[in-house]
Amino acid sequence: MSDIIKDMGAFHLDVLKEISNIGSGNAATALSQLLGKRVGMQVSRVMPMPFHEITEYVGGAENIITSVFLRFEGDITGNMFYIVDQEDAKRLVEDLAGLKVEDEFCEMSLSVLQEIGNILSGSYLTALADFSGLEMKPSVPSLAIDMAGALLSYGLVEIGKSSDYAIMIDAEIQAEGNEVQQAVVRKGKTGHFFLLPDPESFEKIFMALGVHGYGGN
Amino acid sequence: MAVIKVGIADLNVAVKPDTITTLGLGSCVGVTFYDSSKKIAGLAHVMLPSTELSKAAVLNKAKFADSALPELLRRMVELGAIPRRIQAKMAGGAQMFNFKDPSGQKSIGDRNIEACKVALRKLGIPLVAEDVGGNYGRTIELFTETGILEVRAISKEIKHI
Repeated sequence: MSDIIKDMGAFHLDVLKEISNIGSGNAATALSQLLGKRVGMQVSRVMPMPFHEITEYVGGAENIITSVFLRFEGDITGNMFYIVDQEDAKRLVEDLAGLKVEDEFCEMSLSVLQEIGNILSGSYLTALADFSGLEMKPSVPSLAIDMAGALLSYGLVEIGKSSDYAIMIDAEIQAEGNEVQQAVVRKGKTGHFFLLPDPESFEKIFMALGVHGYGGN
Repeated sequence: MAVIKVGIADLNVAVKPDTITTLGLGSCVGVTFYDSSKKIAGLAHVMLPSTELSKAAVLNKAKFADSALPELLRRMVELGAIPRRIQAKMAGGAQMFNFKDPSGQKSIGDRNIEACKVALRKLGIPLVAEDVGGNYGRTIELFTETGILEVRAISKEIKHI
């Protein structure tokens, strides 16, 4: 029996990439309005990855990241992470709220980060829902700053029931002038926008977009 | 001396003088076994409480508490460990996000902790130390020379249990 995630064909991975571009494009627009700056976006990356590589992908399981997590239910279900590394998170708070962040985030800067995460992940999901016609009800997002392995593994629990692989749907947007990045694999400053649909949801996504059964597998 | 790394939903064994470690435990639970007479250690990075949750065609034994711990014991015995001398320690099972499960279930971290304890009782392996729960991630490393388990977390003192 095949593993729907590990064995997904190139055509369907491309469809997911397009979905991610639409979501992150909308999030980029939202961030641009927040910051009053131009925000560019890169073409998304979509790839099936074994769990242990996912944490390597964000700089290693012990790498400290700032993450807003939410779960969505509805026609399709899954998890979403908005991840920024510490330095980029500090710069975002400074740019947006004029708060100078020293070593630790204060209460105020944490709620600014939480709000940024809410807005960006919300606009990402809204674009997805509009485009696909699928209903997605997001939970109240939750913010945490900790080791990447500890945070990301939480979002893999549902997927873990049926696979040891997750499809990394990863988007990057970049604000002009100060290199605010979401979802890049680059030395040093990295941040990611991860969409992790539950395995049962892939088929529903492809059905909704009319590409179910295309491309072979 | 080598440091043997165990990934998420994985398990492995180590012998003196190597150490065995797993990084960034969140809701997952790291369970270590140690036979002090043979200096043989094992570590499982458990992700889910029960194989009943599995929807996969092929079962990854290391992923579930009820299949990982018997498998870890088997691997250690293969190396020469004596089951009645083995003692267990565990860490992890945190709740990383302040997020309520809509089904009203206990957090996955708590369920993992409980399931590991049940699996240990079934195997008759005593749990001699634990550092579980909370809302923060942990990295653990077991030293085969001493059987000491080191627990590291961000902005917290290193613990030896």
